[in-house]
Amino acid sequence: MRWLLLKDLQILRRSPLLVALLVLYPIVIAVLIGFALSRGPEKPKVAFYNGLEGKSAVVELGGDRIDLAKEGQRLFDAIDPVRVDSREEAIQKVKDGDVLGALIIPGDLATNIQSSLKPGTVEVYYNAEDPAKQQYVENTIKSQVQTANGALTKRVAKEALQLLDLISTGGQYTFLGQDFDVLGLQRAETILTRARRELPAGSPERAELDRVIAFGKLARQNLSFSDDVLNVVGEPIRVKATTLDGGTTSLTSFAVALAVAVSLMFITLLLAAGTLALEREENAFSRLVRGLVSRTGLLTEKAGLAASCSVLVCLLMMAGLGLFVELDWSRFPLWLAALAVGALAFAALGLAIGGLTRDVRAASLLAFMLCLPLAFLALVPSGAVAPTLYDVIRAVSAAFPFKPTLDALDAALNDAGDLGGPLLHLAALTAAFGILSRLALRRFA
Amino acid sequence: METATVTLAARDLVKRYGDRAALRGVSLSAGRGELVAVIGPNGAGKTTLLSILAGIQAADEGELSILPKGIGWVPQQPALYGKLTVEENLFLFARLERCADPRATVDRMLDLTDLRDRARDQVGTLSGGNRQRVNIAIGLLAEPEVLLLDEPSAALDPRQRARLWEFILRLACEGTTVIYATHNIQEADRYASQLIVLADGELLFDGVPRDLEQEVGTTGLDFEEAFVEFLHRRGH
Repeated sequence: MRWLLLKDLQILRRSPLLVALLVLYPIVIAVLIGFALSRGPEKPKVAFYNGLEGKSAVVELGGDRIDLAKEGQRLFDAIDPVRVDSREEAIQKVKDGDVLGALIIPGDLATNIQSSLKPGTVEVYYNAEDPAKQQYVENTIKSQVQTANGALTKRVAKEALQLLDLISTGGQYTFLGQDFDVLGLQRAETILTRARRELPAGSPERAELDRVIAFGKLARQNLSFSDDVLNVVGEPIRVKATTLDGGTTSLTSFAVALAVAVSLMFITLLLAAGTLALEREENAFSRLVRGLVSRTGLLTEKAGLAASCSVLVCLLMMAGLGLFVELDWSRFPLWLAALAVGALAFAALGLAIGGLTRDVRAASLLAFMLCLPLAFLALVPSGAVAPTLYDVIRAVSAAFPFKPTLDALDAALNDAGDLGGPLLHLAALTAAFGILSRLALRRFA
Repeated sequence: METATVTLAARDLVKRYGDRAALRGVSLSAGRGELVAVIGPNGAGKTTLLSILAGIQAADEGELSILPKGIGWVPQQPALYGKLTVEENLFLFARLERCADPRATVDRMLDLTDLRDRARDQVGTLSGGNRQRVNIAIGLLAEPEVLLLDEPSAALDPRQRARLWEFILRLACEGTTVIYATHNIQEADRYASQLIVLADGELLFDGVPRDLEQEVGTTGLDFEEAFVEFLHRRGH
């Protein structure tokens, strides 16, 4: 068998263009898919007029100083701001199509927020020429304004709490540079109780004082609930995020697993299918199986060759990706296991394709045509299609090695979920496609 | 024909592909150094007979009653790797055949085929004739007693055919039994010491070429015309 392996390597060495295409094409496709998945859309260009420029943008709330300019800076992480000098210029830029939107911060924003009497208002204009981009700009700005609103609401609530506390318990309060001593309900209740004791029992004044004392007590007790109420007002909805399925892989790490799985699939399938079909195309099959090599031995040699080559290329690819993306090299044995078992499953599928076709071109075309749909099927998210169709997609994906290989690589690379399950799944697929390829060889001679 | 020198004999071979019978009880035997031509119209069962003798497929009925030490198989289309050189092809198959000394065997084949000066050329760059010589050389690597050739001269020009037959005749002179299927009736007449005629899987004739002409009994016909007349009289 080793002589056959040597022969196949010699043939590959003599076909540099084919080998280059076989290696480079899947890597380019894989990297492009990974890149497309991991990179968000480009920052949209938004005209930005800041009416606060040169003015104080600091708001004092609840003893906190909020710099609106600093809060707004976060927005610039999500957009590409085109600074303009006036509101009109910003609107004109949207009309001219120079920008996808305009964000206008009025000069009285800080004053309005500080007064707590009028809400601060920012103006946003959109260009609806590209609905997708318009949606993106709208969502981005809304999201950032909501974040800023949330921060301000919390601070307003905090100030309200301090004022209520002052009414309830009393204390010092500063307003317009002057200090005031506020009596507060608690201290008023103490004074009133003391005064009541000095009144004769049964006097009408004492009965009236009792009513005032009862009101003060009731008011103070109810004000103590206001802390909780205002806390809820400050943050009415909290987000408690829990991932139920699919692990905690970041998009970039998942893109690496995806890119490697795509490369592994392309290289292994094409090599296994092509080298087996070549034996038939060169008419050597009948000569080989006349006692020189068993049919199973021939399949084993092809699977070994295809799997070894693809694992090697994928390891090199991962080493290359490791320069740009952080990979946990301590998990290398797990990567190797996932790559090797995945490659064997793809090799078995490739051999079945090679066994069913009559020549290298047909085998390569069939393998190639199968690759991309398999990859895309495995990436269809739940909820994107009707539940029944999604079940069908899952069943089809489970019948081919791409999805379990992706799961195994994700688990091996990113510690995302169970590795044993996908490996067993791949082992079963290897056996199934191995049997299919052995049966296909019956019609090969 | 079964004598002490018989190297290969088959009896009552039957092969069916579904409902169609490709061979219907064909028997044959061949002696050492004999050249046996298997002729017949398309679909007669020539390639099926040779592939059963070669061990590529099994007969449904019948048996190979006498088997030689080794059978060399040369398929109709050269079974070679075009990207490998002549020498590399020979080495590969010499190793797969487990030849005791692959280097010596390859050298012998390069001399036998007169291809030493093309040894380092990729097979894909050779002419059809030279490719067929390498194809036959691979069939001879294990020094078989019997060499089976399926349409060995198909697609060769007259000069290449002549050189090929010179090579095959030399093998026969050295004691190799050569059984070849051909559509070229003149080659059967010119080189065969024994002629087997098949039609629709049935053995119609087994003897020397002259006997077939005598059986037809029509004078003035060349061998090809006699063969056609023979088939006609047998209802084919």
